[in-house]
Amino acid sequence: MSQNIDTTQQEIHEIHIHRDDFGSKMGMWLFLFTEVLLFGGLFILYASYRFIYPNEFALAASELDMLMGAINTVILLTSSLTVVLGIVALQKNNKKLCLFFMWVTVVCGILFLVNKYFEWGAKFHHGIYPKGPALQDMSEGEVMYFGLYYVMTGLHGLHIVVGLAFIGFVMWQIKKDVLTSTNFQKLENAGLYWHLVDIIWIFLFPLFYLIH
Amino acid sequence: MANGTIAVPKKAAEPDFYHVRTKHTGIWSWLLTTDHKRIGLMYLSAMTFFFLAAMTLGVLMRLEMLTPGETIMTAQTYNSFFTLHGVIMIFLFIIPGIGAVFGNFILPIQLGAKDVQFPKLNLMSWYLYMIGGILALFSLFIGTGIADTGWTFYAPYSIRTTTNVSISVFAAFILGFSSILTGLNFLTTIHRLRCPGMTWFRMPLFVWAIYATAWIQVLATPIIGITLLLVILERAFGIGVFDPTLGGDPLLYQHLFWIYSHPAVYIMILPAMGVVSEIIPTFAKKPIFGYVPIAISSLAIALVGYLVWGHHMFSSGISDTSRVIFSLLTFIVALPSGIKVFNWVATLYKGSIEVTAPMLYTLLFIFIFSIGGLTGLTLGALNTDLHLTDTYYVVAHFHYVMFGGMGLIFFASIHYWFPKFYGKMYNEKVAKIAAYWIAIGFNTLYFPMFIMGYLGMPRRYYDYLPEYQIWHVISTVGSWILVSGILIMVFNLVKGIRSGKPTTANPWGGTTLEWTVPSPPPLENFDVIPTVTTGPYDHTKLHQQLRKEYKDQQKTEEGKN
Repeated sequence: MSQNIDTTQQEIHEIHIHRDDFGSKMGMWLFLFTEVLLFGGLFILYASYRFIYPNEFALAASELDMLMGAINTVILLTSSLTVVLGIVALQKNNKKLCLFFMWVTVVCGILFLVNKYFEWGAKFHHGIYPKGPALQDMSEGEVMYFGLYYVMTGLHGLHIVVGLAFIGFVMWQIKKDVLTSTNFQKLENAGLYWHLVDIIWIFLFPLFYLIH
Repeated sequence: MANGTIAVPKKAAEPDFYHVRTKHTGIWSWLLTTDHKRIGLMYLSAMTFFFLAAMTLGVLMRLEMLTPGETIMTAQTYNSFFTLHGVIMIFLFIIPGIGAVFGNFILPIQLGAKDVQFPKLNLMSWYLYMIGGILALFSLFIGTGIADTGWTFYAPYSIRTTTNVSISVFAAFILGFSSILTGLNFLTTIHRLRCPGMTWFRMPLFVWAIYATAWIQVLATPIIGITLLLVILERAFGIGVFDPTLGGDPLLYQHLFWIYSHPAVYIMILPAMGVVSEIIPTFAKKPIFGYVPIAISSLAIALVGYLVWGHHMFSSGISDTSRVIFSLLTFIVALPSGIKVFNWVATLYKGSIEVTAPMLYTLLFIFIFSIGGLTGLTLGALNTDLHLTDTYYVVAHFHYVMFGGMGLIFFASIHYWFPKFYGKMYNEKVAKIAAYWIAIGFNTLYFPMFIMGYLGMPRRYYDYLPEYQIWHVISTVGSWILVSGILIMVFNLVKGIRSGKPTTANPWGGTTLEWTVPSPPPLENFDVIPTVTTGPYDHTKLHQQLRKEYKDQQKTEEGKN
């Protein structure tokens, strides 16, 4: 039996610090799958109700400010670019530049949320919110549209907050030199998460702002 | 040979994972551990508690059904009881069960790894599990009481009822998150941490089963996550998506719920099937028959299982076309399941079968699960389903496949890996008596439900017409037999943990890698990561010899006493 076991090439008594960048990235991608499916449930609901209430959806969409949505889209796309630039900067061992790009990303994320706050605020001001006075006078399809609008953009906003926290955490680790030009997987994972948040918005924007 | 080899248990005193010195001591050595073995055991103790709690609820429900009318509880209490019984059993026991306990403890060792890929995430999953469990129980004691919707939380009732639906739903949401993270962890572990030589088709079948399960956990659970969140938002803010008074469609709730919850029954049963594929070759002392078909059928079940959710909605008002398609797809799931059963039986053929307690549970499983599976087909067929839906027939079918499937195999797994967990042995004779007792109780409890369901007894009622009483009485008596059997089993196991005889590394003559490490294993499982050269179920004379060594050792132990 012992001929079957090959012990010679194995490390013995080595202090076991396990680092597996590929595995870590794989775990992140699996997590992104779950995020896609989380939003997938909402997209199914959206598809069903848009099929039932096509005209009401178009009518309700005219209440949204297309310009605000477009600005937010540009902001998020820019932040996706800066995240990638940040990763490249760290790979090239330029810590300072990396942190700069990450700061730009964070500022973009916050700008997005501020815009969203004003958008939601304006809707609330006009009484367009679940059980709100204006919404109660609207048709069922419009109620459904705004129900989905609040849930989907709200959940997306929550993901922006989580993404910002994630990025803040890796920035702190970069500052402390935990993440370096040879050990940057966590930064890449944060970037992947940020791209996911971005791409979900790429779908939300036309589905809510651009229909007519 | 043995997925590589049978290592000679080390004589040198390397401390096992219970006794090794770690950073933390006392209770913290458990609560802050990242060791997959300790986390597995923490799941086991939590699960035992939740299982016994939900079992008690079940027994009380059966007691209520002893006589027509109010026996020991009101209708409202009964509604809450079957909801809590379902929520605990399904979300806290059956879904995580085998994966969380035995997947955590055994899977990394079977792969020849030192731990799972993300040990800290693993601990976090346990905490999420505990938070979810405590929340579910907590909803009993606050506000308006436990939800009365049934474990399915169907809209629109779940939106209207004044009971604590939001808390129960949120508990299920957190448990789902825990399940996702566990699945993610196992997937990456299986991809990244196989030892040298462990190719995909040299992996033990338990690993294959966990692999298929983990994919379902990762890809299906988010759907119920968002659905349950929507129920909470619906209750809190009146979003309207499932509320017909606001233009929403409750059928969509059912679709989204079952898109997860049907694949979830395969999360429940696939790991159990994996364990069966481990136990049978060990005790038939033969390589498994049809290794590749069994491995692939796990993936096939996972895949087809995604596409059959509509069979829960045959009477909900979905279109005829979709009903026919869902019915057809449902029949197709029976194929890979059948492949497994035939391969197990073929493995037994001309085997040198040793009926130990784990093997006994496994054989009972094949018998009981086959009844459950066949009665499932009558529910999958459209015309018979319309007669049987929402009756006790469904309750009986469900308990035959779930309790008779996952439950019995959970018991089998505890007995099978007990020596590995604790380095001790339970009392085999008592264990077998308990197994027979459980089998008798099980069939007395659930078989009459098929009959009264067929006769028209609807489920989820606390009251019934007098003509059904005889079946209810038999069933209730069965519940007492079953519970006494389970209690005998639990006491026997606890006694084994406290004062069982010491055992060897490989008491059963198992051939997978976990039997090559000492019982209980050392902290990092392997001194040297093994290299595997053959498939997992390669029996040789050596194993018979190891078994003999174990029996000799037991005899000397007896001599000492």
